[in-house]
Amino acid sequence: MNNKFVQSIVLSVLFLVAFFGYQFYSNIGNIEITADNKGSSSLITDDYFKNKTIQWVIPFKEGGGGDTWARFNAPFFTDHIEGNPVIIVSNIPGGGSIKGANYFADNVKPDGLMLLGTSGTTQMPYLLDDPRVRYDYQDYQPVMAYPTGGVVYCSPSLGIKDASEISKIKDVPLKYASQGPTSLDLVPMFSFDLLEMKVQAVFGFRGRGAGRLAFERGEVLIDYQTSSAYLKNVVPLVESGEAIPLFSFGALNNQGELIRDPSFPDLPHFGEVYAQLGYDLQGIKWDTWFAFMSAGFGGMKLLLTPKETPDEIVKLLQDGIVGMKSDAKYKETKVKALGLYEQVVGSGADKIFELATNVDQEEKQYMKNWLREKFQLNI
Amino acid sequence: MLDLVLQAFQTLFSPENFPFLVMGVLLGLVIGVFPGLGGIAGLSLLLPFIYGMDEVSALATLVGLVAVIPTSATFTSVLMGIPGSSSSQATVLDGFALAKKGQASRALAAAFSSSLFGGLFGALILTFFVQIARPMILLFGSAELFMLAIFGISMVGSLSGKSVIKGVIACGLGLLIGSIGAAPATGEYRMVFGINYLYDGIPLVIVALSIFAFPEISELFRKDTAIAEGAKLDKGGWFVGIKDLLKNKWLALRCSGIGTIVGAIPGMGGSVVDWIAYGHVVQTSSDKSQFGKGDIRGVIAPESANNAKEGGALMPTLLFGIPGSGSMAVFLGGMVLIGIEAGPSMVTKDIDLTYTIIWSLAIANVLGAGLSLLLAGPISQLTRIKFSLLAPFMIMVISFAAFQATKDIADLWVLLIFGMLGIFMKRFGWSRPAFLIGFVLATQAESYLNMSVQFYGFNMFFRPGVIVILILTLLSIYFSRRGGSVDENAELIEKGLKQKIKLAPQILFASVIGIFIIINLWDSIQQSFLGGVFPMAISIVLLPFIALLFYYYLNDRQERPEIFDTELVAEPGTFKSAWYEPLVWVGGLYLLSVILGFIPAIILFFVFFFTFKANTSWLQTALLTFGGVALLMIFSHFLNLELPQGLI
Repeated sequence: MNNKFVQSIVLSVLFLVAFFGYQFYSNIGNIEITADNKGSSSLITDDYFKNKTIQWVIPFKEGGGGDTWARFNAPFFTDHIEGNPVIIVSNIPGGGSIKGANYFADNVKPDGLMLLGTSGTTQMPYLLDDPRVRYDYQDYQPVMAYPTGGVVYCSPSLGIKDASEISKIKDVPLKYASQGPTSLDLVPMFSFDLLEMKVQAVFGFRGRGAGRLAFERGEVLIDYQTSSAYLKNVVPLVESGEAIPLFSFGALNNQGELIRDPSFPDLPHFGEVYAQLGYDLQGIKWDTWFAFMSAGFGGMKLLLTPKETPDEIVKLLQDGIVGMKSDAKYKETKVKALGLYEQVVGSGADKIFELATNVDQEEKQYMKNWLREKFQLNI
Repeated sequence: MLDLVLQAFQTLFSPENFPFLVMGVLLGLVIGVFPGLGGIAGLSLLLPFIYGMDEVSALATLVGLVAVIPTSATFTSVLMGIPGSSSSQATVLDGFALAKKGQASRALAAAFSSSLFGGLFGALILTFFVQIARPMILLFGSAELFMLAIFGISMVGSLSGKSVIKGVIACGLGLLIGSIGAAPATGEYRMVFGINYLYDGIPLVIVALSIFAFPEISELFRKDTAIAEGAKLDKGGWFVGIKDLLKNKWLALRCSGIGTIVGAIPGMGGSVVDWIAYGHVVQTSSDKSQFGKGDIRGVIAPESANNAKEGGALMPTLLFGIPGSGSMAVFLGGMVLIGIEAGPSMVTKDIDLTYTIIWSLAIANVLGAGLSLLLAGPISQLTRIKFSLLAPFMIMVISFAAFQATKDIADLWVLLIFGMLGIFMKRFGWSRPAFLIGFVLATQAESYLNMSVQFYGFNMFFRPGVIVILILTLLSIYFSRRGGSVDENAELIEKGLKQKIKLAPQILFASVIGIFIIINLWDSIQQSFLGGVFPMAISIVLLPFIALLFYYYLNDRQERPEIFDTELVAEPGTFKSAWYEPLVWVGGLYLLSVILGFIPAIILFFVFFFTFKANTSWLQTALLTFGGVALLMIFSHFLNLELPQGLI
């Protein structure tokens, strides 16, 4: 008996010493950057990222839009960021992306070695003050921003040819296949409401793809898809006369104004339709729409690092992204994989970030009230 | 069409492309052996290579990877009773039972040849139907999907065990636990009690691992023999296995058909296909006595279905860009990265790519099943090893797999809690398959019911598709009750009927379940009507069953099959240690992981376990520990997988 104790204790100690020793050895030479010592940023040289690994946290499942965005960009990051860091995409899905973003908030250091890729879905619970949210956008700065758009389309059986005739179907009860009241679907549902359409949301759909399938089966007569899914899967329906495009959610220009979506220059944006039907592009309703549209689509994808990250590190990352954008191979493959929109860095990204993550108290409250009235949601 | 097929065939076998297909297959086989990882881990390993490949090679690699994962997942299902993937849960029932009888190589050979058969069948169906499948897939609306979920639940009939009452409660319990988290109809959170982990519901991977693998590990631990309980390993079992398939070729054909159809319906998910196939074989067999105890048909049915499923699941993936299963989501992501757009164009301008994908699938299945068949014989020797040498590795593997589900330390505790549930269900004779079927189908049943009521109202029952599936369901229920139900404990229960046993432990367990049901009822009353009606209805239905069970208990009706306790009925001396000992070891491991991190905890666990339970020498302990930890570290490094970090 005694013998066994001796054996297990001696072996345990040996193995543990070997393991912790190995860990210690592989960490030697790493500069620890914390919020306190960032003044000593002279330590950061051009080869800061050499032999380092950047963890790109994606709070979504493998295979989804956010994941694809990260995985497509990652190898180009390695090629173009000075020092060629290894990029690891780690997927931490859950709670509609709250879990992964919380993980980032709890573990990140301002050393540029952990980045968070958020999406419109991550912004929504933050803006609506979901109690589970532990991440605060005010603590972060954008390294890169990637806007996208969305298009609302309907079935030809409704008998309208374009958005100018929306008032004809105002009294037709319609159903909309939704993922849930606080998902990104909030923007199209709010849009329908502003246009005074009688659209009832049916929840429980897993992903926009499932919603599109319900449209194709004829279970719903109105739907929206994000730009890339629209181009791939709805444009063929439009061409064969099985779908009528109504409007896009628009895009934001460098001044932060709503313009037509460059992917769909022939399609009016929501603001045009709203104005055409005689509503004012001002007041609380419009401001709320604009705020949540900017958060959901304008800043669809944000790549974040803490505010305290030394400028030298952020610059190394941003220079890498600028380099990546002029890579011939990147240009060639990007449109097919991600769509027409540009990855934005620098002041453009700051503008998008600001619009996407700052919503006035008044607009927040309006949205919360609307959700409460419409869906009996207590938030 | 034929020329396109031949052309795709030629391209794939060209020296530029074929090695990539082989690479994908090899990688898929290696990853598939580790339970719970699926194609997702493989994708992250593959991605860096996929850039710079041409379209065909990249597709071949991806398809090769995805296609063979259900094939090699069979190894752990049969040899260790650990469901290797969510679509090989049913294989465990008879596959592992055969391994315990010393017939592992027979079971593996039958499984792999069935996989091969199913995979090829799926590819064949895909070849002929891909161009006309679009309208057929669109026929399945939410009402039909709801009826299909009910059809799936009807399979419980043949798997509920000797006691119908406990079978129904087990299934209902599965449905209730499956409905924890956000209500599909309203987004309200049910039964979460402010615990963040519960908001997304309990992950299927963890439930499947814990309900099946955990009780088996615990039982073998306590018996302390080899997996093949002293039985001689049969020689030539390999050929017997292949002959088994030939003997049951019509069964394999039917189950492949089921697999393809279920796979092709978007929104059904792959995790139910093996249960439908398993339920089917039980219903259509006249002699059901050996199911759950080692009937080779119970291996052939799910294995031919789960490989055929991948072929079916490719249809919605390619035609609509909507993944038919978890691995298909990864495949779709991979396609986007290569720059191929799934959608209607896959059957018009990109039809050549579609045929490349289909034939990659077929060839990958042949390669994967062929290689696995070669390994089946030698690997079966594992079942002869003394279990105390194997146990730490198995515990390491299931813990590692469970942690990959949501990368939260709570994954480990959930594994332990559900492991306990599994242990007690097995001990007191509650049907674990019934529980799992309920769990898998809970969300589907609820959300499609909500959708179809809103879309169609009462008219949903007049849709032709719904009527057809309803008739199938009624037939399934009729056939499932004919000739008894599958019960792994059938003999022990028969024996127990003649014995008078103590009731306190089983009453305690049933009380816990009863209390859980009442809490569910209470919780559902707090919700809005749409948010709470599903768990409320199930709890209310379950209450009379629970009451009846307690009636039997309290009146000491020893002649009823409801009253059963393995512990008290089994031959004295079967178990060499107390029931809680395995739980203490695993609980200790997890506690240490929380404090020290997973690797230091696993080091301590290995050293102490081998020294005290397996009586290994200094050198043996050191080598085994080193091997286990090195395996873990290499695997997590190359697949970029995380391990629990400690507090220090």
